[in-house]
Formats: sequence, C-alpha cells, structure tokens
Amino acid sequence: MINLKTPITEEDILKVKAGDVVLLSGTGVTSRDMAHKYMVETLIEGKEPLSPEDQRIYEELKKTLKDGFVYHSGPIVRQQDNQWKFISSGPTTSIRTEIYQHKVIKAFGVRVVIGKGGMGSLTLDACKKYRAIYLHGIGGAGVLNAEAVVDIIDVFKKEEFGLPEAIWKIHLENFTGIVTMDAYGNSIHEMISEEVKKNFEKLLLSGGNNI
Amino acid sequence: MNKDMNLRAIIETDLFYEALFNLIVATASELPGDVVDALKRAEDAEKESSVARLVLSRYLENLELARIKKAPLCQDTGIPLFFIRMQESLRRDIISAQINKALEEATRNQYLRPNAVDPITGRNSGINVGKGFPVLHFDYWDREYIEISLILKGGGSENVSCQYSLPYSELKAGRDLEGVRRVVLEAVKNAEGKGCPPGILGICIGGDRESGYLESKRQFLRTLNDTNPDPVLAALEKRILNDANSLWIGPQGLGGQSTLLGVKIGTLHRLPACYFVTISYMCWAFRRRSIKIGADGQYTIT
Repeated sequence: MINLKTPITEEDILKVKAGDVVLLSGTGVTSRDMAHKYMVETLIEGKEPLSPEDQRIYEELKKTLKDGFVYHSGPIVRQQDNQWKFISSGPTTSIRTEIYQHKVIKAFGVRVVIGKGGMGSLTLDACKKYRAIYLHGIGGAGVLNAEAVVDIIDVFKKEEFGLPEAIWKIHLENFTGIVTMDAYGNSIHEMISEEVKKNFEKLLLSGGNNI
Repeated sequence: MNKDMNLRAIIETDLFYEALFNLIVATASELPGDVVDALKRAEDAEKESSVARLVLSRYLENLELARIKKAPLCQDTGIPLFFIRMQESLRRDIISAQINKALEEATRNQYLRPNAVDPITGRNSGINVGKGFPVLHFDYWDREYIEISLILKGGGSENVSCQYSLPYSELKAGRDLEGVRRVVLEAVKNAEGKGCPPGILGICIGGDRESGYLESKRQFLRTLNDTNPDPVLAALEKRILNDANSLWIGPQGLGGQSTLLGVKIGTLHRLPACYFVTISYMCWAFRRRSIKIGADGQYTIT
C-alpha cells in the first residue's frame, strides 16, 4: 500500500500507478452532480459577476482543492452539539461528472479524484496533463468509508443543494482506494472494458437454440 | 396482549408505525442472510490477494460494522419500494400515511438519506416523501396478517436498469430465449462497474413497458438460493449467471469472476406485436427485508 497525504505534489502523483492500493489522508471536498455543475458553470466559466457568497466559496475551494482531492460522494450526515459527522458515506458513480471533471482538475489543481465506476477519456487526459489520479473507492461500503472521514471542517451550498449534494469540506485519515487511472494515461477501466467486450463477443458466438 | 384488536385497528396504532420504523432501520443496516452467504461464497471463489477479493472482504467488513452500529450500510439508501400484502378491507391511505411517517422519522434519525428530489427545482424534500415517493404496491389476500417487504434500491443500480424491445438487430437477438440471453448479457456488459457489482438481476420477459419493469422488480422478492419453478426459466437463469460471471467485470468493475450473485426471471403475457425484455439491476448491497404483523400486534422481521 502507498500512503498519500495532502498537499499532494506532482512527484507524489508520478510515483503511483494504476493498480496500486492507496491510503489517502488529508483535506478536500465531497462534490457530486450539482456541485460539479456549479463549480464549472458558475465559478469557473460563469459570465455573471459572482455573488459575495459564491466568491467566498470560490476562494475557499481554490485553497482546499489545490493539491487536494474531490470525492464523489453524497453522505448521510448527523449534527450533534454543532458538530457534523458522516454516518455513512461511500463513493457514488463518477461518470456523471465526466463533462465537468477535467475543467475542475485544471482550474483548481486537483490531484486526486475519488469515486467509483471509473471515468472517460476527458478525465484520463486531464490526469495526464495536470498530474492527477483517479482513486476508486469501495462502493456501497458506506460505514467503512465513513470511518475514514475523521473531521468535517465546513459545508457549502447545504440549503440549496440538499445534504447529499452539498459540498462538504472534510479531513480523511487512511481512506482506502485503488488507483484505476494514473497520470501516465493508464486506465484499468479501459483495460477491463476491452476484456469484457472480447468475452461478450465470445458469449454471443456460443449462442444457438440450445437453452 | 391486544386480544380485542384486529388488523383494521392495528394499522392505526403507534405499534404499527413502530414496526414500520424498525423494518426501515433493519433494511438499511443489515442485509438478508441469503445475500450475505452469496457474498461470502463470492469472496471464497476469488483468488488470494486479488483486487476482487480485497473488495469483497471490504464489503463484508462493512456489513459487520453497519450491523454493530445500526447504521445505513450504504449511504445511498435509494428509493423505498414497499410490497404490501393484506386483506382487501384494510385502508391503503392509512397504511400509506404510517409508512410516510416512519420514513420521515427514519430520515430525521439518519437511518435514511433524504433522497426525494424535485426534478424541476432540484429541491430535496428532506424527508423521503414526495410525488411518487416512496413506491407502494398493494396485493390482497385473506390471511390473518399483513406482510410488508421493503427494498431500498440505490440510484446507481437504477441508472443501469434497462428495457429491450426484441428483435434487436444490433445483437441479432430474436424473439426467443437466445435473444433474451443476448440482450441481458449486453445490459450487464454496459452496466460494467456502474451498478456496484456483483449485482443481482430481476428480469421480466413480456408484459408492456410499465408492467415489465414492475415484474422485473418483483423478482427481487425471491431469495437468491431459490429455484425457479419453471424448469425452462430455471435453466435460463443458470445459463445467464454463468455467462455473466465469465465476462470478468468483477466486484466494483475492477475485474474478477463475481459479476452477478443471482439472476431471477419472471414472465408476463405479451402483445403479439411486442416482445420486451426488462432488466432491473440490483447492487451488491441488496437491501430487502420483510415484516409480518398479526392481528395481535405481534410482528417479526426477516
């Protein structure tokens, strides 16, 4: 296993390869569908001047995401004595943010994208160009993954996006993931897809009315 | 206890509400035994020190943690699908209101994630109640108890569920069981890691577009180790399961033999012009629990 800790350097990223199991620690944010749309369409590419609140969030994200991580996750959260806690939080399917992810990596200098199911060529190219990796979490293992979220530092857009879609600024301690897309252009997802496609073709040929 | 009660009175009580609340908590935090057993068998089948085995062992570790903590084992507690079997004289509106109350309370206590989102405004209702949310299906019988099954179906697996209309020329899939096999395998291939494999397929052959989806989901009420009473369908289930597990999608789509844990197929009569094959995909976190409530107010959750 390889340990990665924010702030993550270009050198750190170049040390890991697709297939490596990583323990990630440090600060970043959860962001899923609505958050990615917001980051790109409002913060990065917005034509309108930003509201003071959006400007504040933009500045916060610039600081947090530089050499940090985004985590595709919509947690179950509990608030007790003014402190938030993740009760259950695992990665959600990443491909839905494919049209936005490369722009977020570029604009903020994100080093690690955490999710599940893998991403496409836009993200893979961005990982190569801007030195980032995609870390595949254990989907569905909500309680296990929540154990790695040791602190919730802040939350943005909670009322507007709702609890699962809000941007939670969190601190991770030894979050387990598998690097499936690295900064060298390797994607385990592409490899598996190729293999699955071949196996599928074979299964079609094995057909006939022999059931 | 409650000797004077009958089912009509029971459904209006706090006891009935509590039973529903406990059903929701149990469903969110603990998988049924047949699913846990299937996951253990899948772990044993994968090679030592493979990614597939690592992922499966983490799944099982997570199940244990969730059970001990009584916490939702997956953060996506999905859409609640209720299948209710009861006497026809019982009022559906009362049962529906009690279910809504239990869902709201379970959400407030973080046993469920608030998942009901208005598609136009993007607003989350915050309580897991909304238009068409939860989904309730009522069936009638004459037995002296009510049986309610709850399935929590996550969004990732719902996204990869699909419906084919045969013939489907891209795969040379005709209107026969070989055609069914072809399109089902394509659906599994297309889902790859996105539905959180190893998954479980509920399949309906026939019906119209609406009834096909419902029947495919009803198949999830079957246990993984049952045998289809129709030998033709039993053989097809087995064949598709074996084929899918040779695709090498594996747990989380990272490669391995465990792509599916089960295949369940039902049929509905079709129109002469239509031949639908509907595939509902269930993630490995197959949350399906049931409760039986008698006229004495006693209940058991299985």
